[in-house]
Amino acid sequence: MLNQWMYIGIFFIIAMFLPAVAIFLARILSPKKPTKIKNSVYECGMETYNPTWIQFKIQYYLYGLVFLIFDVEIVFLFPFAVAYGKLALFAVVEAIIFILILLGGYLYVWRKDALTWQ
Amino acid sequence: MAKRCINLAIIPKERYSMKILEFLSDPIIGIEKWIVQLLENWGVAPEWQTFILYLIGAAILGTGALLFTLILIWAERKIIGRLQDRLGPNRIGPWGIFQPIADMLKIFIKEHIIPDGVDPIPYHLAPIISVASVLLLWSVVPFSDSVRGSNLNVALLFILGVGGLGELGVILAGWGSNNKFSMLAAFRASAQMISYEVPMAIVLLAIVILSGSMALGDIVKLQTIAYIFFLPLGAFIFFVASIAENGRAPFDLAEAESELVAGFNVEYSGLKFGMFYVADFLRAFTSAVIFSSIFLGGWRGPGAEQIPILGFVYLLIKTVIVWFLGVWIRGSLPRYRVDQMMAITWKFLTPLALALFIVIAFVAKLIENTNQWLQVLIFLVINVALFVGGFAIVRKFEKEKERKVVSTKKRALAQPTNPFTQSETGG
Repeated sequence: MLNQWMYIGIFFIIAMFLPAVAIFLARILSPKKPTKIKNSVYECGMETYNPTWIQFKIQYYLYGLVFLIFDVEIVFLFPFAVAYGKLALFAVVEAIIFILILLGGYLYVWRKDALTWQ
Repeated sequence: MAKRCINLAIIPKERYSMKILEFLSDPIIGIEKWIVQLLENWGVAPEWQTFILYLIGAAILGTGALLFTLILIWAERKIIGRLQDRLGPNRIGPWGIFQPIADMLKIFIKEHIIPDGVDPIPYHLAPIISVASVLLLWSVVPFSDSVRGSNLNVALLFILGVGGLGELGVILAGWGSNNKFSMLAAFRASAQMISYEVPMAIVLLAIVILSGSMALGDIVKLQTIAYIFFLPLGAFIFFVASIAENGRAPFDLAEAESELVAGFNVEYSGLKFGMFYVADFLRAFTSAVIFSSIFLGGWRGPGAEQIPILGFVYLLIKTVIVWFLGVWIRGSLPRYRVDQMMAITWKFLTPLALALFIVIAFVAKLIENTNQWLQVLIFLVINVALFVGGFAIVRKFEKEKERKVVSTKKRALAQPTNPFTQSETGG
């Protein structure tokens, strides 16, 4: 088992290493002639004003919250799915009730129009 | 005497050809054995042997996947060109096959323009993370019966998690660039990606129920009947979600050039932009590989267990078919609006996937001990019924609602004081 993770670890290092080295090499090979105009922030023909890092739309936050709830639910259900073959019907019904409770919350969110892009 | 000579000459030759056949039927394991023997002769400790083997394997797989992207880029441009009644690249080499190589050389020596006021760490890290997140997915894919990177026992969770790393690359690029366009695109892209991860993960849950394992190698091995026949609806949901997850057309809102210039990579140039480009094309193929491993039986096919090299061929054929479907969709469908894109996942795919999961979890327990073909039939009926029913309900519900909103909306006037353009409905 540890061997499998070792492979992932090696692969991770190599996967980071390959693009990093390529970018580094390209950085050395490529010309460097920065000017004030060239390095300015891209905008449609005018200069940008105000800082870029501003508040973002609250809608994204709502989606993030709903996603978090679902993701946690899915993580809880993965052990259930793996052990499915050894479970009795009662345990399956229990898991379904667990989903149905969340489904109630999901319907509430839906009715509150949190899932509609405005 | 002469007879004996001939015999002597023939026997080693036959053995030789047998060895070649054996080697050809599974060349990668053959090479691996050869390297292990070589290392043993040099007196390397067994732990270091596995380490070196893994290192070589990972390096070859990573480099191979990156170089394979060159072919992918050419093929995709050619196919899209034909779909849109163009020729596609046709200048460099026969059928323009060396076009991506020329592009690569050009992009390699382009200047890296770094705009003022970028946040350096996210800005420089983003392209690397984008590529790494795609490459990392290849480490759990089983290529044939004997050859696979790692039979991780949580491979499906790993795929979900590493797929999520792609989001990180996008949002780092958008945040670090000090540009409003790229930041808007990054917000959109990450909202899209996390939303489509939900139905995808629920379908994977249903797959785990069928297979009883999260290891991708085991899932492929267990598919005597491909899972697409058990879960055609699941395969559909997974396919749509993976297109959206890759941010390709018709879900390419993050790079809607009419609204957001080029999306989250506006401020990138040179090879940094090239890395995003590579990651985009490679991700499409990688998700096709994962789709065909999970739903189409991966390397499985007639004779794939005896002759492992055939497994590669089967996997490649299945993957190319799935990948071509994605390219076809990319070439023929127009882009969705933001609200449509969000509605598709939250109001159609997610409820449908949840319903599918609940029904599958319940029914699979009831028909646990029946014949496999009967199970396939029952699952098929359930899937089709759910698809038709779900589609009908959601469509009716949504259409009514949408009509109401559009008819009551007053449009903003360009110049409200102008008497010539003033009217009830606007301009």
